[in-house]
Amino acid sequence: MKFRWQRRHLGEVIARILMLFSFSLVIGSLGLILWTVLSKGLPALTWDMVSQTPKGGFYLGKEGGILNAIIGSLYMAGGGTIIALVFSLPLALYLETYLKDSRWGDMVRLSLDVLWGIPSIVYGAFGFTIMLALGLRASLLGGILVLALLQFPIMTRAMDEVIRRMPPNLEQAALALGSTRLEVATRIIIRQMMPGIVSAILLAFGRGIGDAASVLFTAGFTDRIPTSLMSPAASLPLAVFFQLSTPFPEVQQRAYASALVLTIIVLVISLGSRCLSHLFGRHTIT
Amino acid sequence: MTDFAITLAQRKKKDNISRRTIFIISLMPFVLIMAVTLALLARSWPILEQYSLWDLLTSTVWRPMQGQFGFLPFIAGTFWVTAVGVILAVPPCILTAIYLSEYARPATRTILKPLLDVLAAIPSVVYGVWGVLVIVPFVGDVLRPAFNAHLGWIPFFASNQPTGYSILSGGIVLAVMIAPFIIAVTYEVLKTAPKDWRLGSLSIGATRWQTIRHIVFRQTCPGMIAAVVFATSRAFGETMAVMMVVGNVPNLPTSIFDPAYPLPALIANNYGEMMSIPLYDAALLGAALILLVMVLIFNISSKLVLRRMLRSNWL
Repeated sequence: MKFRWQRRHLGEVIARILMLFSFSLVIGSLGLILWTVLSKGLPALTWDMVSQTPKGGFYLGKEGGILNAIIGSLYMAGGGTIIALVFSLPLALYLETYLKDSRWGDMVRLSLDVLWGIPSIVYGAFGFTIMLALGLRASLLGGILVLALLQFPIMTRAMDEVIRRMPPNLEQAALALGSTRLEVATRIIIRQMMPGIVSAILLAFGRGIGDAASVLFTAGFTDRIPTSLMSPAASLPLAVFFQLSTPFPEVQQRAYASALVLTIIVLVISLGSRCLSHLFGRHTIT
Repeated sequence: MTDFAITLAQRKKKDNISRRTIFIISLMPFVLIMAVTLALLARSWPILEQYSLWDLLTSTVWRPMQGQFGFLPFIAGTFWVTAVGVILAVPPCILTAIYLSEYARPATRTILKPLLDVLAAIPSVVYGVWGVLVIVPFVGDVLRPAFNAHLGWIPFFASNQPTGYSILSGGIVLAVMIAPFIIAVTYEVLKTAPKDWRLGSLSIGATRWQTIRHIVFRQTCPGMIAAVVFATSRAFGETMAVMMVVGNVPNLPTSIFDPAYPLPALIANNYGEMMSIPLYDAALLGAALILLVMVLIFNISSKLVLRRMLRSNWL
């Protein structure tokens, strides 16, 4: 039969063109963002920027760097990740062992999703009211706790999804040998699913380090590297924000450089977790 | 044999203890949701007591010094920016998701997934910097004059102010930010459409686009709507990026080239310096509460639909 050109074939062609167009639009905006940050940030990025704390008049364009913000961000996201991990890992394992296919487990998942959906500015305001009630001032500890709150649902749900992909026969074999579910969780599931668990942790770390709204009131901002849990701490996203809102072009240049540093950290974490996960796969049985 | 019995008893005891301990952790998400809601409600109570809720939500005057707290400009700002963002994001994102699930080769898919992850991982303040550097000048110098020249008579496109710090800029930045969410969820939803229906349609000679329109769409429509609603709930709460490009003027906007002042920006800009003015902090926490309620309604309703459609979606 000979192919006859019909109207519906035209529709197919139009649909395809539109799809390719939107596909390239999405990829293009990602490229445009990365290119903007790179082209604006690279010229302003010097070694002093990442190795020094702000000196006097830094926000007027004088000497100094953003080491305080880099260290502060790493402290806060790191601390938050560790605290979140303490709660997330047991909860994720619990959801997939004791609560497998149960209604209660689904309820817990739903509530974690809801928690994830709460905007970070609301967490920030909530954290600040709690700190006011307890008489705490903006400090590293406040920042860590709010970030832990923010990271907890992300990390738990990511781990939960990873552990769900656990091969059931491995688990059943261990149960058949007489292990308790606790032993299955700690000795079998953790080892088998280590790569995925690590990438869940890194995902949460990345979200924590990039979040500005939640640490705006709880961690404060300072030019010094925090020395104790009670001292205020700077963070990279806020450094970008504050530097960009000054009227001086030199300082705005620094905001671009700080944004580049932040982007590099996040990209390294995001892409690194893919490569790194092989390292943690030593105990994985395929 | 007795040794074995003793260790077995010990192991069982450990198992029991850990189960009970972690059960308490599993209550934590509920407790946290309640705690956040109740804390905001308790702290914003003074203002809810003094003014009626209806007045607060419909008054347009925001003068904290004189004790006038009208939330309408901020709620309207949030809705405008979110609506523009979602409207801009939805068509390209759904088309991209269809392309990925129905047309693209597996190689394209494996490349695109990490790219979407990167897009989702970029911190919102970086989107803000991008918005200030690229989108604001583009809107201010290119789109605004163009629309003004040709479509300026429509109030919706009128340009009442000379800069690019506007709802449209906020919407564009927001659209890019929520794109990975919409694409990922829609892609998952499309995957749930039964394979044999698709094949059946193709085998009787329908083109792929006909199959998608008549078979796949019909199957997955609720899921796609839920994906969009879910993305809307994420968009409501975006703070930094939107705040940096939207202008932050507490007036009722009438055109997409007007500046706006969304709720999150209101909280972020003023919280911390409100101590001396009576009721100011109650008003700001009231704003946080309104935001929270809006987000919860959108989020929970979309989750309930998605949950039924895909058993393991977590985005």
